[in-house]
Amino acid sequence: MTATLSPATTAVLSLTGVSKRFGAVQALKDIDFDVHAGEVVALVGDNGAGKSTLVKTIAGVYTPDGGTMTFDGKQATVSSPAEAQHLGIATVFQDLALCDNLDVVANLFLGRELYTGRALDEVTMEQESWRLLRQLSAKIPSVRIPVASLSGGQRQTVAIARSLLGAPKVVMLDEPTAALGVAQTAEVLNLVERLRENGLGVILISHNMSDVMAVADRVSVLRLGRNNGTFAVSQTTSQEIIAAITGATTNAVSQRAARRESSPATTPDGTPSTSEEQS
Amino acid sequence: MSAPTPTPEAQSADTTAALPADLQDERLIASQGVSGFLRAFLSRLRSGDLGSLPVVVGLIVIWGVFQLANDAFLSSRNLVNLTQQSAATGTIALGIVLVLLLGEIDLSVGSMSGLSAAILAVGFVGHGWSLPLAILAALASGAVIGAVYGLLYTRFGVPSFVITLAGLLAFLGLQLKVLGKEGSINIPFDSGLVKFAQASFLSDAVAYVLVLVVVAVYVATRLRANQRRTAAGLSTTPVVALAVRAVALLVLLGIPVYVLNRDRGVSYMFLLFVALVVVFDFVIRRTRWGRSVLAIGGNVEAARRAGINVRRIYVTVFVFCSTLAALGGLLAAGRLASANQGSGGVDTNLNAIAAAVIGGTSLFGGRGTAYSALLGILVIQSISNGLSLVNLGSPERYMITGGVLLLAVIVDSLSRRSRAAHGRA
Repeated sequence: MTATLSPATTAVLSLTGVSKRFGAVQALKDIDFDVHAGEVVALVGDNGAGKSTLVKTIAGVYTPDGGTMTFDGKQATVSSPAEAQHLGIATVFQDLALCDNLDVVANLFLGRELYTGRALDEVTMEQESWRLLRQLSAKIPSVRIPVASLSGGQRQTVAIARSLLGAPKVVMLDEPTAALGVAQTAEVLNLVERLRENGLGVILISHNMSDVMAVADRVSVLRLGRNNGTFAVSQTTSQEIIAAITGATTNAVSQRAARRESSPATTPDGTPSTSEEQS
Repeated sequence: MSAPTPTPEAQSADTTAALPADLQDERLIASQGVSGFLRAFLSRLRSGDLGSLPVVVGLIVIWGVFQLANDAFLSSRNLVNLTQQSAATGTIALGIVLVLLLGEIDLSVGSMSGLSAAILAVGFVGHGWSLPLAILAALASGAVIGAVYGLLYTRFGVPSFVITLAGLLAFLGLQLKVLGKEGSINIPFDSGLVKFAQASFLSDAVAYVLVLVVVAVYVATRLRANQRRTAAGLSTTPVVALAVRAVALLVLLGIPVYVLNRDRGVSYMFLLFVALVVVFDFVIRRTRWGRSVLAIGGNVEAARRAGINVRRIYVTVFVFCSTLAALGGLLAAGRLASANQGSGGVDTNLNAIAAAVIGGTSLFGGRGTAYSALLGILVIQSISNGLSLVNLGSPERYMITGGVLLLAVIVDSLSRRSRAAHGRA
């Protein structure tokens, strides 16, 4: 697989005009969204903006009421999570869904164990696990320890590695850094970059603006169930994205920033000033 | 990322090239050689990963105490009796291990075994069925009842505790109904079942050969595993450790067989029970079905999302449990040469569940081995056998068994807490 650096090629996954209603609530309206191979697209939005609904629609949990989905150049419909996986869309949900009592190998191959004769092929599975984890430069000391003994970042790694077993083309990560510490967050962000290097399309759902700015190529903003702009990360600032998320240039976030700026004693060493130095 | 100084990094890069793929992480505490194995074992114990150790220690203590009280306890004759007493309830306990692995429970195994005994006796003695047909009918009743439990659980979401409590009562009633007015049916002594359960023993030579075969198969599979792991670039068990284990296994099997052979020998019934334990151990550890059972016991939602057919696993586990209970009922009926209203009474039920827990299978699901049925039932039957040797009866037996069960559950809870603290789940 050649990882094309320029996302100018056709999208591996693209949605046009996708809508979803729940009773009287229009959760999604005319959503356009696409991901290219070797690209990280962040999906951001406030609570209730429709991020989860969109993710679940792509993952096959919900069926959209309208709109089309194209996968790998062909029109596709997914009506179940299994179908989405089969198609090549892997999703890592926030709760990871790992079995604490089983070891890393067992978790990675859960539901698709390899066999030799009549018994599980532990040797090949262990070998495969190492190959997969090395490919992600994952830092897991042993694959024969129960998942319960791993740190949050390592568990996230295992969950992501598991999603890669089916050789997907698109990986969706739902809040992968939500409960992680600084170092572990960095580890997961490295992992996301590794996925991009391997030529996968990555959809990153996150509330954390610094993570988004650190790793994403593009940011797609949802607001109240509609598209509210797509930004190339290299040409935007987090203020601009926050404005799109909240729908106003003056919002709670910018007001806070302004307040802190106006009282010099508490000014952090220059959020706005650094941008000036760089330019 | 913290950047280590170049020198150690270069060194570690050199060493990793030679190490197997699973030992390359620098944080792994190297445990090579015999002392390394010992150290790893001790640290596992300290962290609360006790495995079968508490029950083995318990068994040694119990045997020591009873041997001091009455030196007939560890005689060959009594130990043969002990194996005979253990087989039936042990088989039932094996089924309980399976449901406990799912984090569920079956309270009706006693009634189930009684019902199965009643069906066998009425069919075989009352209606003149052939023995295989009667056995098949009894086992089928277990399978059907297990399937009903499974369907009730998966379709209606009724807790297994309640379903099987209802089953406990209902099948006790059915057992009485099947047995009819007399309430007790004797099974002829010359029937195959009674002969099998009372008077069939391996000849000495066959028993020894069997021990050698088991050890040889163990060594062969381990060597083959080593070969495959080397080919795959993974670490292997040192040959010394392998030899030590093979000798340990030889001693562990050889001495009991020698002791039993000084009396009647290894009974077919006990051999059947042990064979079932070995088969189920393999099924739990080395098949997709067993892996699914453990996964569901650990995290149902994760298992479901991994694409495991959770309902099918629940139903099959309940079917296995009830069928094993039915088989246990047949063995008990054969040993007593009768089926009566007391078959599979309160004792059977609680002993089977207690055995699984005492043997080290967690009540919380996802942890345990088939061997806990064997170890647990040996503890329970040793207590009951030993107490009757020192002329103490049911009151003491109930109280002491209760105490041991409580102790086992406390050990389970404590080791669970300690495992959590040491990150071993």
